[in-house]
Amino acid sequence: MAKKTIVPIGPYHPLQEEPEFFKLHVEGEKVVKCDIEIGYNHRGIEKISESKTFEQTVFLVERICGICSTSHPIACVQAIEDAGDVEVPERALYIRSIVGELERIHSHLLWLGLAGHFLGFNTVWMWVWRYREDVLDIMELITGNRNHYAMMKPGGVHRDIKNEDIPAIKKMLDGLHKPLCLFRDAVIDDPVIHARLKGVGVLTKQQIIDFGALGPTARASGVKIDVRRDHPHAAYDLVDWNVIITENGDVFDKAVVRILEMFESVKIVDQCIEKLKTVGGPFDSNPKEIHPGDGIGHYEAPRGEVFHYVRSDGTNRPARHKVRAPSYMNVPTDAVAVLGESIADATIILAAIDPCYCCTERATAYNALTQAHMFTSEDLIRKSREKTEWIKKQVGKEGPKLDLGAL
Amino acid sequence: MSFAVNLLTRSLNVFHLAGSPCNNCDIEILDVLTPRYDAERFGMVLVGSIRHADVLLLSGAFNKKSAIRAKHVYDQAPKPIVVVAVGNCACTGNIFRTSYNIDPPIGNVIPIDAYIPGCPPKPEAMISALAKLIAKLRGAK
Amino acid sequence: MASKREEILPEIKAALGAKIVDVFEKNARRIYIDVKPEDIPEATRVMFKQMGARFQIASGIDTPSGIEILYHWAFDTLDCVVTIKTKLDRDKPEIESLAGICVATEWIEREMWELLGITFKGHPDMRHLLLLDDWPEGKYPLRRDYKGLDS
Repeated sequence: MAKKTIVPIGPYHPLQEEPEFFKLHVEGEKVVKCDIEIGYNHRGIEKISESKTFEQTVFLVERICGICSTSHPIACVQAIEDAGDVEVPERALYIRSIVGELERIHSHLLWLGLAGHFLGFNTVWMWVWRYREDVLDIMELITGNRNHYAMMKPGGVHRDIKNEDIPAIKKMLDGLHKPLCLFRDAVIDDPVIHARLKGVGVLTKQQIIDFGALGPTARASGVKIDVRRDHPHAAYDLVDWNVIITENGDVFDKAVVRILEMFESVKIVDQCIEKLKTVGGPFDSNPKEIHPGDGIGHYEAPRGEVFHYVRSDGTNRPARHKVRAPSYMNVPTDAVAVLGESIADATIILAAIDPCYCCTERATAYNALTQAHMFTSEDLIRKSREKTEWIKKQVGKEGPKLDLGAL
Repeated sequence: MSFAVNLLTRSLNVFHLAGSPCNNCDIEILDVLTPRYDAERFGMVLVGSIRHADVLLLSGAFNKKSAIRAKHVYDQAPKPIVVVAVGNCACTGNIFRTSYNIDPPIGNVIPIDAYIPGCPPKPEAMISALAKLIAKLRGAK
Repeated sequence: MASKREEILPEIKAALGAKIVDVFEKNARRIYIDVKPEDIPEATRVMFKQMGARFQIASGIDTPSGIEILYHWAFDTLDCVVTIKTKLDRDKPEIESLAGICVATEWIEREMWELLGITFKGHPDMRHLLLLDDWPEGKYPLRRDYKGLDS
């Protein structure tokens, strides 16, 4: 593979001019309060859903979030299937998990890149994004698109994964192993990363439980929840894999959980494509109606549990469709996670729960006493990088290094 | 220095503004600037402030809250500025156009010069569109 | 705290007794329990404090016979979701806020107020969550008779 010099391009602050999403109140260098304002993404999806058929609404919810693009469809079709007592053929279960786990890998790589960007480790993290492209290539091979896969439907999946494509998929999947190991080794044992992220933005187990927080945010604080294991669906109870739990609840642990989860995702996809070789049959039970009733579907998106509730009145449209993304439960924890922390850590703490990409960019800081505007989000990111530079000097090291020769 | 001369002599400064996006267009826009696609070779640079922008990229469906902010951003932009709607949401409102919280399209609030449809548009489509736009602005055919 | 899925419903029945109006066991993993609005706080205490269930979210629904609220609780170690439901009078939909018992309900109560017009008595911070701060009063988008801001 030809080596390319990666020139960091930036700054990536596409939403810098946006007003506060997270309004930090600051005394000296410490955050004493965090106001959260949302609503900038509210598109009234639940109401739109009532005017769509059950099949159409899956395309609608796919567009709630482009990064968790298949998570909402999986939870949605499961809610519809729960309401209508619809069977799903085994082959479809494997395909659902394959697409879901590939999404988890690309989403966690995206987060890793952003985290590196906020901390100032641009070179390493550009490589993370470069390998994310390879995951999107696998998605394109399987589904026809890099994002918005249009795979899920009530009763199964829209298209099969052809057995003759499996060797190509396996080859691309195997190609991820070395880069993932490199990223893991570069981050998890690096003394600069330890000094920068350990003990930062801690959420306790009790805080997680009180807020109902989810996903890696919860698992990093020792709360052992993962919808894939706890409420088995798709193929998760048909293959072997581990739930990743750590105990410290800091930003470092949240990074570790996401990195190690990617290896488990590769394991799951590997086993699922193996099973597809022998599990034949249909990939869609093609339900003709959803009888009246209530249905609940939930799925472990990269950020945590995605929850859909659907009420069917026997017509072909949902009478009610409730959607709850994991960030809805996780974002409120920011109000406590940043308290007492240094303003230089605010950006990475907010980013640690992995909210929608645009949310993290919109943090600004105000003087707690005078309410004078102090720092824009660009200022906060700059302060974050300055702290990293200071830590590098304290530790006497340069930070994570990639052994590119091994790739 | 006039806008036209700027276009001929240096890179285009691009400011990206997302309003109520699902983020897919946003990530693909960033992907266009990473090494695989590398739009910098076409003479495009992402800038962090609207005040330095030649081109304003819009993505997302722009609900009532974010449309107000978008107008505010556009008003701060140095004129003339070329506005490009990236993705179906910015072009028409897409599947969200019947929402109670959206008054589509954002083109009613901010005048749009070019549309790149897609959900999301592939990076190749964006590069093709931007190359066409640059060629048109520079007077080439 | 139930240690087996079969113990969940008996434990809830033992705790709430006559407060339970109706039970629907859709299947082993999905249980729906009806209570009166005034018994929702007690039911919440039972689910969250006594039985250690995880609050997932609440779904508000405008129906011809009243405004329903479904509170969804996950028993993660037992692969079960219990939904506690109640129905409010459409003309005056109000209920006690649960924010004091379970912090995780704070945001969804604000959302159900602004989208459905439900009053949550005693909510510590009732204000708009998703909609514009100056969204016209009395216009609730998730109500069936909502016809847009211009109507």
